[in-house]
Amino acid sequence: MLTIKNLHAEVDGKEILKGIDLEIPKGEVHAIMGPNGSGKSSLASVLAGRENYTVTQGEVIFEGKDLLEMSPEDRAREGVFLAFQYPVEIPGVSNINFLKTALNEIRAYKGLPALEAKEFLKLTKEKQQLVDFNANLMNRSLNEGFSGGEKKRNEIFQLAMLDPKLGILDETDSGLDIDALRIVANGVNKLRSTEKSFLVITHYQRLLEYIVPDFVHVLYDGRIVKTGTKELALELEEKGYDWLKETVVHENV
Amino acid sequence: MKNSNEIIDDIANREYEFGFTTDIEMDIAPAGLNEETIRFISAKKEEPEWLLEWRLKGFQAFQKMQLPRWQHFKMPEIDFQGVSYYAAPKKKKQLASLDEVDPELLATFEKLGIPLNEQKALSGVAVDAVFDSVSVATTFREKLAEKGVIFCSFGEAVKHHPDLVRKYLGSVVPHSDNIFAALNAAVFSDGSFVYIPKGVRCPMELSTYFRINAQNTGQFERTLIIADDDSYVSYLEGCTAPMRDENQLHAAVVELIALNHAEIKYSTVQNWYPGDKEGKGGIYNFVTKRGICKGNGSKISWTQVETGSSITWKYPSVILQGDDAQGEFYSVAVTRNRQIADTGTKMHHLGRNTRSRIISKGISAGEGDNTYRGLVQVGPRAHNARNFTQCDSLLIGNRCGAHTFPYIESRNKSATVEHEATTSKIGEDQIFYLNQRGIDTEKAVALIVNGYAKEVLNQLPMEFAVEAQKLLSITLEGSVG
Repeated sequence: MLTIKNLHAEVDGKEILKGIDLEIPKGEVHAIMGPNGSGKSSLASVLAGRENYTVTQGEVIFEGKDLLEMSPEDRAREGVFLAFQYPVEIPGVSNINFLKTALNEIRAYKGLPALEAKEFLKLTKEKQQLVDFNANLMNRSLNEGFSGGEKKRNEIFQLAMLDPKLGILDETDSGLDIDALRIVANGVNKLRSTEKSFLVITHYQRLLEYIVPDFVHVLYDGRIVKTGTKELALELEEKGYDWLKETVVHENV
Repeated sequence: MKNSNEIIDDIANREYEFGFTTDIEMDIAPAGLNEETIRFISAKKEEPEWLLEWRLKGFQAFQKMQLPRWQHFKMPEIDFQGVSYYAAPKKKKQLASLDEVDPELLATFEKLGIPLNEQKALSGVAVDAVFDSVSVATTFREKLAEKGVIFCSFGEAVKHHPDLVRKYLGSVVPHSDNIFAALNAAVFSDGSFVYIPKGVRCPMELSTYFRINAQNTGQFERTLIIADDDSYVSYLEGCTAPMRDENQLHAAVVELIALNHAEIKYSTVQNWYPGDKEGKGGIYNFVTKRGICKGNGSKISWTQVETGSSITWKYPSVILQGDDAQGEFYSVAVTRNRQIADTGTKMHHLGRNTRSRIISKGISAGEGDNTYRGLVQVGPRAHNARNFTQCDSLLIGNRCGAHTFPYIESRNKSATVEHEATTSKIGEDQIFYLNQRGIDTEKAVALIVNGYAKEVLNQLPMEFAVEAQKLLSITLEGSVG
């Protein structure tokens, strides 16, 4: 589904990603772990097309198409969804109006007609239940005055509604208490399918107890320095990122 | 791939949609302003002597006045002698019904989305169409007359309801109120007149559509609305003008009178030609609007969506004279390119338990400059007066400006006056968030701006809220930088 080859990217002239290679086949869940500043969130931003990142080398192929050539909105319409680490607030725009606009833009891109109000509401109800999202938040302004947990749950609810092919979760676990974490993880697990892939970015192993990944990659200083199965996450948790730094330094020597 | 700045510039450069001109034979007074001009207009309109005298008083006041200096923008030179003060489409014959209106004029208004044919018109909205200096048609008059509602051009009101006009003309905005009001008193050519009798809830939205067409003219209309005891009316005005290189002056006066327990809701969707990207041309929109809540328990509510004009300078105000009277002001003002808006309101609390509410939303893009200027005044008799003011500014890009000048004068200790203000910017983060959900930058800006202005747009009559939303989106599309 997603193939990243030798991806280099910089922001303000500073190289952040220094040659990433990653292959995510359909239906798999890959986790990216790494210390602060290793480039985890930058990778998510580059994939989603944030303007201040410049790709200097490499390519990203998504479902056979050159992702880097596309505008951010076209990437979204093709099926790349980023659950933000810090979802923004947009006063006066109701959650439901926003979702309807987004859903219908994506449908229009695919040549589908806009959803009728009735169908849209039905879909909304269904997905609310699926990811356990509070219906009272639907008519509120987008993320305005939401608690940290509510914002993250809203991201997962949007993911359920927009039904992308690839879901990128950028530190969705940060700032969540254990109950909220469980709800968010349950939502993601319900959305897992053989047709959908996930890239789960996290600092802690904790989230991966709930969303069990097929593979774990460790990002350090803009490169993937280690790849393994879920056991790797446990090893990291136990030994800390310093262990990794030593390994990398060792390898470089 | 275009970045958001480029998209925004594309849209900011979009042409003004209503900039066409109508080719029609006109009756135009020579340029210049003197007593003769005023006598000429008065004679053209076959006015009674008292009205001519009132005009001349206005002219005398005008001659003694200077242009104000307190505004927060560079006041352009205005050559009052270079303007023609009367321009009217030549009448082929006396009109007996709407069917006899010049087809060229009907076509013009149709093109503007204001069909004057009653079958095609929005049901539930009666329209008075003003073309340059005169009213060319008023729809649904018979239907309104059944309820005793008078809705006609100002000129007709002078002829058929002289007592009402004479009693209230200048009673809220005197002929010497300010230089533009004095000029209007001297040369006003037409406008709309509304009277809602006691106990009547006006069955339709009333609306006046102002169109400036002729070159080198100004438009000086007057609107007078009287809501008698226990009556209700909702009134809306819209305006457009052709694209011209020179500036044109629009100096209107609106007077509202609400008697006991009457309610007047007055909405404006202003889309005068704003001038081009470099600030060339456009309408100077210098308007005096004021209402008086004369009766106890009366209410006046102003709602304005100001997107056009090169300079907008207006302060729709309410004198809260009756006890328990209520005044409201809801405003969205947009400036982009080189547009300037200096707008706000005045709430004069005179009666007991009077309440006022001010919600102002300024939006500045490009090199636009947006100023809120407001006065809340509480008199010594106004026990328990309450005011709430919220004044928000939204900045798009980094070359625009937003300013707030709130004045509060309270002479009664029991009064409560609240003022809240915020300034925010459309963030790249907000745009990117919406992009990431499949929404392009144009739609994203429209969504954010409409969300920001929602509280005000919600005040507009349903038929126009959608139009205003669209107008706001079109005006601002792509102004993010």
